[in-house]
Amino acid sequence: MTITVVMVVRLHNLFAVVMLGGIYSLLAATMFVLFDAVDVAFTEAAVGAGVSTVLLLGALALTSREEKDTGKLAVIPLIIVITVGIALIYGTLDMPLYGDPNAPIHVHVAPYYLERGMVETSVPNIVTAVLASYRGFDTLGEVCVVFTAGIGVLMLLSRERLTRRYRGVGGDKR
Amino acid sequence: MNHHLVVRVVSKLLIPFILLFGLYVQFHGDFGPGGGFQAGVIFAAALILYALVFGLDNARKVAPDSAVRVGMATGVLLFGFTGVASLLGGGNYLDYSALSQNPLGGQHLGILLVELGVGITVCSVMIAIFFSFAGRNHRLDKLEE
Repeated sequence: MTITVVMVVRLHNLFAVVMLGGIYSLLAATMFVLFDAVDVAFTEAAVGAGVSTVLLLGALALTSREEKDTGKLAVIPLIIVITVGIALIYGTLDMPLYGDPNAPIHVHVAPYYLERGMVETSVPNIVTAVLASYRGFDTLGEVCVVFTAGIGVLMLLSRERLTRRYRGVGGDKR
Repeated sequence: MNHHLVVRVVSKLLIPFILLFGLYVQFHGDFGPGGGFQAGVIFAAALILYALVFGLDNARKVAPDSAVRVGMATGVLLFGFTGVASLLGGGNYLDYSALSQNPLGGQHLGILLVELGVGITVCSVMIAIFFSFAGRNHRLDKLEE
């Protein structure tokens, strides 16, 4: 994964960068499988490696394939990135170990879901039970976000057709 | 992509199975991994593959713009009205136990409907985004060649 990221930063051919981005998503999906998060891996493989790669290719077809070489080393962004990176790594230091049963996330509501999920919803896949039933409002919000994103893209990208239709209507009136 | 015979034949073979797998992930999401979101993306991926190989115009015949837009709204509305239906059944909003006489049956029905709503919206939005990107001009086909 590290090699892919370094290549993404170094390469100037955007086509290769998009392809490497897809490979990175696939690697991330295998990593999620290793962590037993099959649902997340599913999403990552389908969205990250599949659809978003195709969408980026579609966007690439509208611009040029080569990145413009500015030739300058961007100092201030570099400092910001390094500082934030150090802060994030420092933040992970007091996180509980992976798989620690006493970690806060495992003692809050998760035991309740695991014990009562099957009895209350009769759905064997706890992830689905939590997503659709216990956290129904969250999921409704997420669907609304996806819906809004779709509307936004449609408004931005299919604008010329709409204005043409609008003009046509205006012409009829005159 | 008209002269890529292998790609055309292989994707013709694959697309029905991708669609079937999408439906499986959708309706088997309560038992195995998956659910509405994943199923919607897989379903959309099949249509996007179709559009890439057989051209945007043919794909637009399969999934007309108007149908895609209606689908986007239908999914959200299905989700919302499932919540309203559970209100009418005497429960809280999105409390599926009120949907049927048997609380467990209600939960099952509610989760199925809600996941279906998620699937329809996600699938339609993905297709709409792809169509509007690819529809800007038809150079996408050239890039792929």
